[in-house]
Amino acid sequence: MSVHPTSPEFKSNAHGALHSPSLQKAMGNVEKGFIEKRRIAAEALPEFEALRDSARDIKNHTLAHLDLYLEAFEKRVLEAGGHVHWAADAAEANAIILDICQKAGARTVTKGKSMISEEIGLNAHLEANGIKPIETDLGEYIIQLRGEAPSHIIAPAIHVNKEEVEADFRRVHTHLDAKRDLTAPTSLLAEARGELRARFLAADVGITGANFLVAETGTSIIVTNEGNGDLTQILPKTHVVVASIEKITPTLNDVAQILRVLGRSATGQEMSVYTTLSTGPKRAGDLDGPENYHVVLLDNGRSAMLGTEFEDMLRCIRCGACMNHCPVYHAIGGHAYGWVYPGPMGAVLTPSLIGVDQGGHLPNASTFCGRCESVCPMRIPLPKMMRHWREREFERHLTARTTRWALRAWAFAATHPKLYGLGTRIATRALSFLGRKKGRFTSLPLAGGWTTWRDMPAPEGSTFRTEWKKRGRK
Amino acid sequence: MTKKPRVGLFVTCLVDMFRPTVGFSAVKLLEDAGCDVFVPDNQTCCGQPAYNNGDKADARRIAEQVIATFEEFDFVVIPSGSCGGMVKTHYADLFEGDAGWSIRAEKLSAKTFELVSFLVDVLGVKAVIAAFEGAITYHDSCSGLRELGIKSQPRKLLESVDGLTISEMKDSDVCCGFGGTFCVKYDEISNKIVSKKTANIRASGAGTLVAGDMGCLLNMAGKLKREGSDIEVRHVAEILAGLATGPAIGEKR
Repeated sequence: MSVHPTSPEFKSNAHGALHSPSLQKAMGNVEKGFIEKRRIAAEALPEFEALRDSARDIKNHTLAHLDLYLEAFEKRVLEAGGHVHWAADAAEANAIILDICQKAGARTVTKGKSMISEEIGLNAHLEANGIKPIETDLGEYIIQLRGEAPSHIIAPAIHVNKEEVEADFRRVHTHLDAKRDLTAPTSLLAEARGELRARFLAADVGITGANFLVAETGTSIIVTNEGNGDLTQILPKTHVVVASIEKITPTLNDVAQILRVLGRSATGQEMSVYTTLSTGPKRAGDLDGPENYHVVLLDNGRSAMLGTEFEDMLRCIRCGACMNHCPVYHAIGGHAYGWVYPGPMGAVLTPSLIGVDQGGHLPNASTFCGRCESVCPMRIPLPKMMRHWREREFERHLTARTTRWALRAWAFAATHPKLYGLGTRIATRALSFLGRKKGRFTSLPLAGGWTTWRDMPAPEGSTFRTEWKKRGRK
Repeated sequence: MTKKPRVGLFVTCLVDMFRPTVGFSAVKLLEDAGCDVFVPDNQTCCGQPAYNNGDKADARRIAEQVIATFEEFDFVVIPSGSCGGMVKTHYADLFEGDAGWSIRAEKLSAKTFELVSFLVDVLGVKAVIAAFEGAITYHDSCSGLRELGIKSQPRKLLESVDGLTISEMKDSDVCCGFGGTFCVKYDEISNKIVSKKTANIRASGAGTLVAGDMGCLLNMAGKLKREGSDIEVRHVAEILAGLATGPAIGEKR
């Protein structure tokens, strides 16, 4: 079962977000933290811009030969003693993973942070079948306790304040001393670590996502900061990697290049604390590692994006820089977007994966300020692709009728200069006459969207072109 | 001396209707810099509202009208980064697969410039002769900044204005929340964004807010006035041309 979208209710979601003091407080931290760190990291690396070009080119090449690299990857995984499963959609992926877990006799599974597992709704599917999934990334652990979805692709609990985490821990960790002091963030961290340690050791299966799948070697790579991913994939007897097909990268060299922009773009780190490579199960003589190694390759709409105007989106490496720099995301947070992926990358990807009739608000809720594209390490033209979605909506008559009507009327006038000149002269004179005393309007018919929040400045007088002609100019 | 460049001024719909002073300021700045300025009467809109709302067919029809109106000039100058960005960076998209129109669009794009960047980058203007008493703060409008690379040019010319000081606001390069039809379609979100902007504008301590795009200026002026602020709002061209003498945007006459 994949996640039920509330994207069609985007406007009311946003309304709620704008009126939530705790969310607004938490979002202030996004603006302060990520942006400055990324800027410093990018400026400190002279070849950063060149690396962005290179990263883009690597992924473009990969996408042009995706079938080839996927097959090569599968071959290498098999050679290393692992298993590869192909899943066309969320239901297939869930069924495959459940089957692996059941065959392993699993009661609990630990999980590293994986947006793909969010996309397919894996936790709900496992729980419905009597298997307990335990999120081990601190942010994911927190939102699992809260019964929430991530609100950010790399900082899933960014919408939660420290005080709320404390309350959640007290609510759930009832076996601990009620009088313990949890005011310091480190005490919260220590408590989560203590809770998770036993779970790591008890888990029957560990499930992780992948930041990269390397065709050359059959390796899956995760990039983390907490070390939880390593414990998830090394301690249990079975390790399942669930990843979407565009995570394929040809060689370790290619990965090394993209890694140099990933950490810097995401958190401003030169490298994440852990970059963990895993190739097949434990080999003879290995001290650690899983006995069984499975990779579940998910399509879920990606292959349908190839060859379309949305193909560039498949370059995305999920760094989160676009949302970190997005004024709309800053205003409303990630949950308002109503599905798995928020911010600009979500605004492009969500309609591709759940349909533009469901996700149609998302690519429209952008000012096209372009800040996302200016920081995207993979140089994905996000505003351009949001515009493509608007074009599709317009073609399919999904655009609101009043908007369509107004656009057509404006376009008709704009292509008939005499009519346009007359219309603008009349409108300008009327508005300037009505607004002559105050110089602005506090309300205007048909402009409630504007005047509810701000005044509308009145025109100075007649139009520029009227005045220009009065002065006998051409 | 070489022949004066023939410049077609595309005033934009918002300047035409709301702020003719900006048009006259642009003319003065261009003439002072040695241009012959023409204002073709057939000009209307650049087509951006249609383009950004997914109505590509209408955007193309409007673009054809703009190209036909302006292609006779040596340069096309627009006192707006947003409309300038539309003509300069997006027109080519509209004519994909149509070789004839593509060439005409590309030729027009190549000779189209936003006003202040045209003065500085193309004409090499280093200073203007104008006076303005007091501190201003400059908002970098998004399209001008990110599509056309306009950041240092307006500051450079503003610094040459007698009596003017620049007091930079925090996050001057962050969107004001206008976004064309966004500001009415998602008005509540837009309001949140512009509220952060006006807080930064106030905190700068400047008495005047300056920017290069009428859409952003109407949005920020409207919010500042609603908040009861007495900060004045003006287009950069008015200040540079020394025509910032009448009422500011949204002020009573």
